[in-house]
Amino acid sequence: MLKYHFDWSIVTSGKYFDWLVSGLKITLELSFVSIVLAFLLGLLVAVLRMSPLRPVRLVAMAYLEFFRNTPLLVQIFFWYFGSYKILPTAVNDWLNSTNFEFAAAAIALSIYTSAFIAEDLRSGILSIPKEQMEAARSAGFSFLRSMQYVILPQAVRITVPPLVNQFLNLAKNSSLAMTIGVAELTYQARQVESYSFKGFEAFTAATLVYLALSVAITWLVHVYDRRVLNPLRTG
Amino acid sequence: MGDFLNFQVIADNFTYFMIGRYPNGPLGGLGLTLYLAVVSCLLSVVGGLILGLLSISGNRWVRWPSLLFINTVRGLPLLMVIFWMYFLLPILLRKTTPESQTVIMGLTLFTSAYMSQIVRAGIEGIPKGQTEAALSTGLKPWQAMLYVVLPQGLRNMIPSFVNQFVSLIKDTSLAFIVGVSELTHVGTQINNRTMAFPTEIFIFIAAVYFVICYAFTSLSRVLERRLSWHKAL
Repeated sequence: MLKYHFDWSIVTSGKYFDWLVSGLKITLELSFVSIVLAFLLGLLVAVLRMSPLRPVRLVAMAYLEFFRNTPLLVQIFFWYFGSYKILPTAVNDWLNSTNFEFAAAAIALSIYTSAFIAEDLRSGILSIPKEQMEAARSAGFSFLRSMQYVILPQAVRITVPPLVNQFLNLAKNSSLAMTIGVAELTYQARQVESYSFKGFEAFTAATLVYLALSVAITWLVHVYDRRVLNPLRTG
Repeated sequence: MGDFLNFQVIADNFTYFMIGRYPNGPLGGLGLTLYLAVVSCLLSVVGGLILGLLSISGNRWVRWPSLLFINTVRGLPLLMVIFWMYFLLPILLRKTTPESQTVIMGLTLFTSAYMSQIVRAGIEGIPKGQTEAALSTGLKPWQAMLYVVLPQGLRNMIPSFVNQFVSLIKDTSLAFIVGVSELTHVGTQINNRTMAFPTEIFIFIAAVYFVICYAFTSLSRVLERRLSWHKAL
């Protein structure tokens, strides 16, 4: 039925193989940079979200709702095409001196993901008995110091599995960076297709790489869960 | 901020943002975004129910392939699924498929895999005693599922379905990539034409998506509270 000549060698060696490898490299770079920034931002927002001050809480909630309820693609376009009008000149100059496509994608991915991470951290924080906070406050720590020394070290430990899953989501979402010309894995698969007309092979190769990533990460979460969180559980 | 942000460009193109060239041409803009989301959502509920039921089947030759399919799709970026559709559908159907149908197929396939997890959790949340009681009254297993377990499970699934609908509205923006003129695509078109107002245009588009998605997110929270209240009785 299908008159299609398969040629797997083009994606296992040579020029096209190199393209796919460089795509994977950029996917990973973008995901690592963004997960670090997203974690720091998410931590900040999660703490502000629980602040004793109502206006601070409201600002944090507005941040969460806004970035979770708008498409990532629109956020990427905003940072890439539209941010120059609202950013200070110094920031614009710095962005233009770097790889701007990569920077815009990293900013968009970090902010988008931080909203989800903040919610994960919030459930982690809420799972710590509130007596811990009361004890820390009555020992004389301020709200922020109680968070820093007592609550967060415990909360982050149990939030690791959802955080690792957010990394996986990031790796998948980073494919949208191709729309502004970041040559990550999906972009390169598309390139291979248009240069070689071997779309089936190119997409299969990229698909397998994404699946390998998600299998590896799922396995890591499983190991962490077994070794660190529930070492005594059997069966 | 009012000095350098000029939202006149939005007012000038408002109809185009909302419905594209309709009624003199095809539906576009926000109208097309909602059309894509609603059609894909309805198809995904059906797909999710089928996949969800297959994935808890007692027969491993049914269960394993469906789990393999679900987890494969969940491991991929949506963009990759859309490219697969774009590339495979014309070969499989042996005719060219309109881009909007390609996108609907991609969104449906992708979202069905996620919906199947909701269906599965919903069914597993119904106490085993319900199935046992149904079977002991003489119902066949498929009847017990269809008439006893599923109707109760479906009610608990509704808030999660609404959340998936919100994700779908956001995901329709990816239709931009294969050239379907939904809201995001219209935004880039107007941006390319007018050149000077990217900030205004993308802030406006983000706000439109936000209003709609936030409304449905809130709806899902209300439903969750209502339904759990009924369950407590």
